[in-house]
Amino acid sequence: MKIHEYQGKEILRQFGVPTPRGLACFSVAEAVAAAQQLGGAVWVVKAQIHAGGRGKGGGVKVAKSLEEVRSAAQQILGMHLVTHQTGKDGQVVRRLLIEEGAQISKEFYLGMVVDRGSQRVALLASSEGGMEIEQVAAHSPEKIHTVRIDPAAGLGAAEAASAARRIGIPDAAVEGAVTVLQGLYRCFVEKDAMLAEINPLVLTADGRVLALDAKFNFDSNALYRHPEIVAYRDLDEEDPAEIEASKFDLSYISLDGDIGCLVNGAGLAMATMDIIKLYGGSPANFLDVGGGADKEKVTEAFKLMLKNPNLKAILVNIFGGIMKCDVIAEGVVAAAREVHLKVPLVVRLEGTNVELGKKILAESGLPIISGSDMADAAQKVVDAARGA
Amino acid sequence: MSILIDKNTRVMTQGMTGKVGQFHTIHSRAYANGAQCFVAGVTPKKGGQSFEGIPIYNSVAEAKAQSGATVSVIYVPPPYAAAAIDEAVEADLDLVICITEGIPVHDMLRTRYKMQGKRTLLIGPNCPGLITPNEIKIGIMPGHIHRKGRIGVVSRSGTLTYEAVGQLTALGLGQSSCVGIGGDPINGLKHLDVMKLFNDDPGTDAVVMVGEIGGTDEEECARWIKHNMNKPVVGFIAGVTAPPGKRMGHAGAIISGGQGGADTKLAVMEECGIHITRNPAEMGRVMQRVLKDS
Repeated sequence: MKIHEYQGKEILRQFGVPTPRGLACFSVAEAVAAAQQLGGAVWVVKAQIHAGGRGKGGGVKVAKSLEEVRSAAQQILGMHLVTHQTGKDGQVVRRLLIEEGAQISKEFYLGMVVDRGSQRVALLASSEGGMEIEQVAAHSPEKIHTVRIDPAAGLGAAEAASAARRIGIPDAAVEGAVTVLQGLYRCFVEKDAMLAEINPLVLTADGRVLALDAKFNFDSNALYRHPEIVAYRDLDEEDPAEIEASKFDLSYISLDGDIGCLVNGAGLAMATMDIIKLYGGSPANFLDVGGGADKEKVTEAFKLMLKNPNLKAILVNIFGGIMKCDVIAEGVVAAAREVHLKVPLVVRLEGTNVELGKKILAESGLPIISGSDMADAAQKVVDAARGA
Repeated sequence: MSILIDKNTRVMTQGMTGKVGQFHTIHSRAYANGAQCFVAGVTPKKGGQSFEGIPIYNSVAEAKAQSGATVSVIYVPPPYAAAAIDEAVEADLDLVICITEGIPVHDMLRTRYKMQGKRTLLIGPNCPGLITPNEIKIGIMPGHIHRKGRIGVVSRSGTLTYEAVGQLTALGLGQSSCVGIGGDPINGLKHLDVMKLFNDDPGTDAVVMVGEIGGTDEEECARWIKHNMNKPVVGFIAGVTAPPGKRMGHAGAIISGGQGGADTKLAVMEECGIHITRNPAEMGRVMQRVLKDS
């Protein structure tokens, strides 16, 4: 689960990581009032969306008077901010962060991830702050310093200081950097984060080390023990179809094609998308109904797919294990009737009670196209989508 | 022959009295030699009771001492599942299979750290389990699609494994053992570990390896295969069409140096001599062709 920058900074401050002072705002008037409250002569007006690259897209502006704060807030609030992470339609800006300006003398990069290879939390630190870390990795990987952290010992002060020196933090500021690194690690573990980025981490003219940005992604499997993180959820930042899907315990991801797929199991669902592409079609979604889909779940899954105006055909691909094919067939028939299905439907059933399932489909009187195996079903649904 | 489990394996079930545990214990016990193989259950505070004639113990250590079981399968709910693995490791079992889906990643990081230097092997979590056809099934896969034979199957997915097995069986190609290693980022046995076991198993002639996007385990396995494997391997990777950045973290891609995409994995596998297919409907037929040619 992702959160906003201002929320990430709230969390960082709880773990002793210094950030600039700032206030979250939802309107232009609030933005001006926030700047007044913060005081000073320079403010930064920052769009709050769950995507990186906001500065390049025009979502971050420096203001040197309250009038400039007002004008920047007016420009940014409500804009469709397009970045390399939002897609071409961009994301509507509904929240702002007004922050006091910082006198930056140098920028750095800090990241923390769960490293699958070493099965440890890895700290990534680099002298190349403010840049996309992928670009640094591609062009100058030697500038990324990686520390794989021992879970029993945690991130020690000596280890943190060494990492800080390696990326060029001056001696006088190393103590401040150690506070940031250790705070970030404790926060990462205690809050069940999967990914954290402070980009940039800055050294100010007066020698302080500050987190100028904060990006977090939390483990959704651990949210049950973090109501304080769940409270940060912003539904405006999520795909409405994915939110709807999560209510019914369906795993759904929107794609840009026109063939809907309904599958049990994540691996098979991906393979179904792949085979549609292989046979010349384009998948409209990833949809895993899980191991225990009943009639209600299948009906909701159909409704979700049908909300997509581009949808031209549907492929249901089920390999029944625990889930019996006759149960899923009844669900498919009931769902197709309830939603008055207008697009062609291809169904491929295999596994437990497959004959019974096929019989139910055949006797339903619905124009369901039967696929004998994955290849046959893929070919038929691609043909059907072309004909539609 | 087989790998990891056979008809002589004795199994305890952690979380046997929950709804999921009950359901799969009944089905696993009904498969082949299951009635002899599933000898104990573990549920704290329910020791002394029994389920379907299987005695329940309060702890893994007690179940091991009393029943002789050296393998455990876990159906414990996610918040307690990592602790259940820890208990099995502490009791020095041979093998632990964790079916549970949804365990917090940081729990698994701690559990894997505690497993360092221990002899217990872990399969999963978030996996369908493993099966040696006609002998024993430990997990949630449909037993009836399998057939005894000489093809090994290793996969990160559940139903996609069934798909591979279903294709093999339909072509008359039986399986020695089928292992679902699970879809979580932090897990126990990897493709490579299972591949080594298949390579050493005289009952296995060839292996189907099914992977998916994320991480670099398939690439590492492929590089090992190139230099060490003396049996043909057929490979498929799911997710060529999966959008980048969904579920896979931003800085996560960095550690693997831009790897983790399906195309990269397939390219490395092909270069290492694995018979890859990009068509998930062709896994069985590619294996059939490879066996004819060899």
